[in-house]
Amino acid sequence: MSSDTLNSSGISTLKVESTGAALTPRQLIWRRFRKHKMALAGGIGIALLLLFIIVGSIFIPLEKANYVDLKARLAPPSAEHWLGTDSTGRDGFSRVVYGGQISLIVGILAVVIEISVGTVLGGVAAYYGGWVDAILMRFTEAMLSIPSLFLLIVLGKFLGRDVQTIEIFGLSFSGSVGIVIVVIGLTSWMYLARIVRANVLSLKEMDYISAARSLGASNSRIFFSHLVPNTLGIIIVSATLGLAGAILMEAYVSFLGLGVQPPTASWGNMLTSAQSFIQRGAWWMWVFPSLFIIFTILSINLMGDGMRDAFDPHSSRHM
Amino acid sequence: MWSYLARRLVQALFTLLIITVLCFILTRLSADPLAQYATNPNMSAADRAALRERLGLNRPLPVQYLRWLGLAVQGELGNSFFSKQPVSLMIAQRLPMTIILMVTAEIITLTVALILGIISAVKQYSFLDNLITTFSFIGFSMPIFFIALGLILIFAVKFKQMGWPYMPTGADIWDPKDLGQLVRHMVLPVSALVIITTANYSRFIRSSILEVLGMDYVRTARAKGLTERAVLYKHALRNAALPFVTIVGLDIPYLLGGALVTESVFAWPGMGRLFWEYAQRGDFPVVLGVLLIVSTAVVLFTIITDMVYTLVDPRIRLG
Repeated sequence: MSSDTLNSSGISTLKVESTGAALTPRQLIWRRFRKHKMALAGGIGIALLLLFIIVGSIFIPLEKANYVDLKARLAPPSAEHWLGTDSTGRDGFSRVVYGGQISLIVGILAVVIEISVGTVLGGVAAYYGGWVDAILMRFTEAMLSIPSLFLLIVLGKFLGRDVQTIEIFGLSFSGSVGIVIVVIGLTSWMYLARIVRANVLSLKEMDYISAARSLGASNSRIFFSHLVPNTLGIIIVSATLGLAGAILMEAYVSFLGLGVQPPTASWGNMLTSAQSFIQRGAWWMWVFPSLFIIFTILSINLMGDGMRDAFDPHSSRHM
Repeated sequence: MWSYLARRLVQALFTLLIITVLCFILTRLSADPLAQYATNPNMSAADRAALRERLGLNRPLPVQYLRWLGLAVQGELGNSFFSKQPVSLMIAQRLPMTIILMVTAEIITLTVALILGIISAVKQYSFLDNLITTFSFIGFSMPIFFIALGLILIFAVKFKQMGWPYMPTGADIWDPKDLGQLVRHMVLPVSALVIITTANYSRFIRSSILEVLGMDYVRTARAKGLTERAVLYKHALRNAALPFVTIVGLDIPYLLGGALVTESVFAWPGMGRLFWEYAQRGDFPVVLGVLLIVSTAVVLFTIITDMVYTLVDPRIRLG
C-alpha cells in the first residue's frame, strides 16, 4: 500500500504477522479485518439487515406496502400493524421492508456512479497531468465548494423537471428513484477523485510502470491493468464508506421531499410524512424508519472503518 | 509565500468561474421562473411574453449568464421573482439569523467535543472511552432530522401534553428581536446541531491525540519526568490541535449556508431555509445568490485555512 514500511509501526506490524507461514497481501488484509471486532459486528449487522429485507419481501407482497386503508390511519403499533400505520393507513412494517429495498438499491447504484466517475476523473487527471489535470481539478474543487445538500437540491431540481415511471422486471418504480441515484452519484465523487489522483500520481513514478511502458504497453493498458488494481484498496474502502453516505443522502433528499416519491416507499420519504404528524404524537412513524437508517449506516461505517484499517499496514496501533 | 498566494488566488478565481457557470445552468434551467404567472387570470399570454422579453429571459443562455455575472460582480444579485425584493436584501436579512444559530452551536460543539475527545484519548479503552466512542459512532451514523424530530416530539409535544414547561417548535409566530424568545427558539435546533457535530469532532480529536501520544517527543517528555498533565497540555494537545484547526477552518464557511434541514424542521428563518424555500419555487436569482455567497466563502476560507496552517505549523513549506 505504502512505500515507507520502515518506520516503527511498520516493523512492529511485520513482527506480529510474520509468526506463521508467509501470507499473501490478500490473506493479511483478511486476517486484519477478522481481528477487528467492530468491523465484524458491522458485517453481521449488514447480513442481518439483508436477510430481513429479502425474507420480508418474500413474505410480504408489494401491494401490501402501498395499500391505503383510510380506516386505519395513524394507528399505533399493534398485533395487526407491528410498526403502526402512516397518515393514509399504509402498513409501517411492509413499508420499512420495501423502503429498505429502495434505500439499499439507491445507495449501491449511487456508489457505482460515484466510483466510476471518481476513479476515471481522478485517474485521468493524474495520468495525463498538464492542462487536463488543471481543468479537472478546478472542476472537482468547484463541485466541492458548493455545500453538498445545496448542490444535491439544485441538481435534483434540474434533473427532476419531468419525471416518468420506470418499468423494470414487471415492477414499476417512480422515475424519481433513478433521478435520486444519479443525483447522489454525481455529487459525491469528488473526494474519491482526489484520493485516486494522489495515489496514481505516486504510482506512475514507480519503476514497474516505466517497465510496462518500455515493453510497449498502451496508455489504457497501463491505466486499467496496473494503476487501477493498485488503487483498488482505496476504492473499496471509499465505496463502503460511500455507501453509508449515499444511503444517508437518500434519506436527506427524500426527507426534503425531493427524492423518492410516494407511493414508492423509502426510509427517507417515510420520515417526510412523519414530520407532519409529529405534532399529533405519531412517534412510530418517526422512530422505526430512523432506527433502520441508523442501524444500516452504523453497520456500514463500522465495516468500512475495519476495512480501512485492514488495507492500511500502519493501522495496527489504532486497533 | 507571496507567489504561492498569488497562484492560489488565480486558481480560486477560475474555480469560482466554474461554480457560477455550473450553478447558473442548473438553477436557470431547472424551472420556469415565470411559472407562477401561468395561472394568473389578470395576465394574458402576451403579457407573459412581454415580461419575459423585459427581463431578458428569452435571450440566449450565455448572454443571460454574462449579464447576471456582470451585475453579480458589482454586488447586484437581481430581484426575486416571487417576493420582488432585491436578493442581496433578502440574504442580508437572513444571514444574521443563520450566524447566531450556527456560531452558538459551533462554540458549544467545540467545547464539548474537546472535553470528550481528551477524556476518550487519555482514558483509552476505559469504560468512559467506550461509552463516548459508541455514542459518537451512533451520532455519526444518524441523520440530523432524527434528532430534530425526536427533540420536537419529546420537548415540544409530549412536555406540552404533560403540562410541563415545553419548548416552542418554531412553527408559531415569534419575534427574533426579543432576546428571550430568540433563546427559547434556539434551544432545540442548537441541541440537534451540537449532538450531531460533536459526534464527528470528538472522534477526530480522540484519534488526533492518540496519534500524537505515540510520538517520540511525548516519550521524551515523559522520560524527562514531566507530569502526565504537563505532557498532555504542553506537548500533546498543542500538536494534536493542528489538524483540528484545519477541520474547523474548513467547516466555518459552510456555517454561512446554515443547516438546511435543521432550519427547515425548526422553521428557523436563516439562509438554509431561504435557499430551500426559493429552490422549491424555482426562483433562480435567490438560489443563485445564496450559492454564490456560500461557495465564495468556502473558496476563500480554504485559502485562509491553508495560510494559517503554514503559520502555526513550521514543518509545512509552501512550494
